[in-house]
Amino acid sequence: MSGLRPVAFPWRLERSLVPSPAMSVLVPVCSVVLALLAGAVFLAFTGRDPWFLYGEMFSGVFGTRYGLFETVVKAIPLMIAGLGVGLAFRMRLWNIGGEGQLYMGACAATWVALTFPDQPAWFLLPGMFAAAAVGGGVWGLLPAIPRAYLGVNEIITTLMLNYVAILWVDYLVYGPWRDPAGFNFPLTARFSPEAILPTLGDSRIHAGLLVGLTLALILYVVLYRTRWGYEIRVVGDSPGAARYAGINIGRNILLVMLASGVICGLAGMVEVSGLAHRLQPGFSPGYGYTAIIIAWLARLNPLTVILVAFLFGGLQVGGYIVQTNGVPATMVAMLQGLVLFFVLAGEVLLKYRFRRVRDPRAEVKKRDR
Amino acid sequence: MVETEFLVEMRQVSKRFPGVLANDRVDLALRPGEIHVLLGENGSGKSTLMNILAGLYRPDEGEIYVGGRQVSLRSPRDAIEAGIGMVHQHFKLVDIFTVAENVILGDRNIPFFPNRRRIERHIAGLSERYGLRVDPQVRVWQLSVGERQRVEILKMLYRGCRVLILDEPTAVLTPGEARELFRNLREMADRGQAVVVITHKLQEVMEIADRVTVLRRGRAVAMLERGDFTARDLAWLMVGRDVVFQVKKPPSERGEIVLELRDVHALSDFGRPGLRGVSLTVHAGEILGVAGVAGNGQRELAEVVTGLRPVRAGSIHLAGCNITNVGVRRVIDYGVGYIPEDRLGAGLVPGLGTVDNLILKDYRRPEFRRGPFLDRRRSRERALERVKRFDVRLSDLEAPVKLLSGGNLQRLLLAREISANPSLIVAVYPVRGLDVGATEDVHRMLLEQRSAGTAILLISEDLDEIFKLSDRIAVLFEGAVTGLLSVDWTDPEKIGLLMMGERPAEEAVP
Repeated sequence: MSGLRPVAFPWRLERSLVPSPAMSVLVPVCSVVLALLAGAVFLAFTGRDPWFLYGEMFSGVFGTRYGLFETVVKAIPLMIAGLGVGLAFRMRLWNIGGEGQLYMGACAATWVALTFPDQPAWFLLPGMFAAAAVGGGVWGLLPAIPRAYLGVNEIITTLMLNYVAILWVDYLVYGPWRDPAGFNFPLTARFSPEAILPTLGDSRIHAGLLVGLTLALILYVVLYRTRWGYEIRVVGDSPGAARYAGINIGRNILLVMLASGVICGLAGMVEVSGLAHRLQPGFSPGYGYTAIIIAWLARLNPLTVILVAFLFGGLQVGGYIVQTNGVPATMVAMLQGLVLFFVLAGEVLLKYRFRRVRDPRAEVKKRDR
Repeated sequence: MVETEFLVEMRQVSKRFPGVLANDRVDLALRPGEIHVLLGENGSGKSTLMNILAGLYRPDEGEIYVGGRQVSLRSPRDAIEAGIGMVHQHFKLVDIFTVAENVILGDRNIPFFPNRRRIERHIAGLSERYGLRVDPQVRVWQLSVGERQRVEILKMLYRGCRVLILDEPTAVLTPGEARELFRNLREMADRGQAVVVITHKLQEVMEIADRVTVLRRGRAVAMLERGDFTARDLAWLMVGRDVVFQVKKPPSERGEIVLELRDVHALSDFGRPGLRGVSLTVHAGEILGVAGVAGNGQRELAEVVTGLRPVRAGSIHLAGCNITNVGVRRVIDYGVGYIPEDRLGAGLVPGLGTVDNLILKDYRRPEFRRGPFLDRRRSRERALERVKRFDVRLSDLEAPVKLLSGGNLQRLLLAREISANPSLIVAVYPVRGLDVGATEDVHRMLLEQRSAGTAILLISEDLDEIFKLSDRIAVLFEGAVTGLLSVDWTDPEKIGLLMMGERPAEEAVP
């Protein structure tokens, strides 16, 4: 032995049983701030002034009508997809396929819009919603079936299906669905006005916002007030206890993945119907993936998802704004990654706490008294 | 190196966990050649203290000396380098590796291409020297629990440990295996090793201890030499009050047959036969104790009765109804309560609150339904009443139950299972890990249920518990019932023989 002496480091990391309420607010906020600081270091290395850029971002997002409205516009698909994947995460089903489900939802909605261009809005919009639900739902259910019956890892299957969905949409818009009057651009024809979601005044904010907010509310009630939500929470927390209580786990896997896919599909529908007004390749800059971060940041609470979606919408818009200063748009992706990184690290602070060690005996006396 | 009388010395060691002072200025010194027993109730800090010595925990305060020199043990590797090895209650072995591969696992001195033959010879030599019979080439999953324990001990001897710590080593052994273990330990002590045995069983102390240190609520309350103590002294020191060794149970009023198994076969998790033709009955108002060494079909038995494991052949009847393979839900609806082995892994949902946990089995029932919604108010009201009636001590009905102590968890679980008015309760290791107070509570509740006319299938590895509660005892060995005896007609020694597979012809009662 090297005759090591005990270290006199007076701080200990120990498990804390209940996270204090102050910490559960403080930790996410500090995580975001620290992520921005870390991002600033990167920006400084690229020879730019981070504070100037952050200032630009902030004033661009919150200081202008355009910035604020665009934030809401970007938050809509993030919010809906975040609710979708978050529901699956509740049951420890790692649905990484939000992106694909979103594409399939958009694709199915587009099919309705293109097939019945002359129908009235009361038929078209509900029809498109229903089609999107089916498209996204099927895409969520497909990986759920081998998962429920054979235990096939859904992370891999949902992820793979994303590529299938994206390439399928590519095929359609480059091939059969390409607008003949579109100068050979890979776009479908513009939807008829009846197939377009109403907007708030002349802004780009569309009725998808209401869809998102309503869904959040519904999901909250379902999770915490209904018998089905109870089953989801039991299975998610302890599959062993679920089996013990006679809860059908396989059936719940199918149902939850179906619902998760349906919701992500709706995100695709509102994006094409409310914003793009047509299907085009790459209409989602990875909303389905960003949704994963959002769901976790919100701790899988549907109501918190709303807030976090707005935060990420703002981050996205901020990224677009600083692009005019020659900053690559990927910087936003980097910042998003950093936020997740810091939040996950911050989890440690919620589960553990630092304690200063002086004299354990003194503490006992205090307690005994 | 300065030679001292002691191999290892712990001085004034304290360790605090949130809300508990697990060790409070404990002194412990180990001599070469002794078997030192660390005696104390569950939660008295025995395992914590030894985990500190094994490098798993770091003390908040105090000093550790090995061979007279102060050391800081920051990891099990440090401890092993200092010659201290620990055999944990849950073995840390790789099932699909051979014994030899497990023994060298983690040894940094093994070359990139190990010389198999030489290692196996070395291990065979060690196992011969200490009488630890085990074949180095066999894969661990093929071994019995006793043999696995020997592998763990060999692992430590192979690394040259001079101090060997065993955490409740006999908990998983038959009386015969325990005797063999004690012989092995004595052999090691005679060769100059110091052996520490953690236990809460008094008769073990009487049997093997050269010296005993008694821990109570984190403090070392006594250190005694062999010959200076009686079992009664130790019990008093351990509990801090006189212990009633025998609980009177009221005479049984045996009723109709509630549960009947007819020639039941089932597979274990590994696809091997878990139950081979088990037939037994449990009557109303009777406790049938199932004794046996863990892993002889206890889990499978509990799970086929509760519907969790499919029955391959044979049938199970509950009050005359055939409940073979009807599924968990139906079994629950038929009125079977189940206290599973794994409280937090199966019986309760750790992340949910008390209210949600108390409705785990009847959230589907009409009285908690309002359309698709759960009746929150009713479930909360009922939870309050149950918590009060069963004396579950908690501060917040909505706080995750994983924050509760073992005793409170078990009271909560019993509250749910008993208040459903079951006709049959299946209880598996119902007091494992509980302190004396909680154990008494659980036993009292089970006996009350028996008086109320419930049939109880009690599966336990603790013969004292079986004898204390049961009216009849069934012994499981390798998936079959090797004996079914009235508790008044037998004794632990006989049951112990049956647990090891010896089948006496006489004395079977219906």
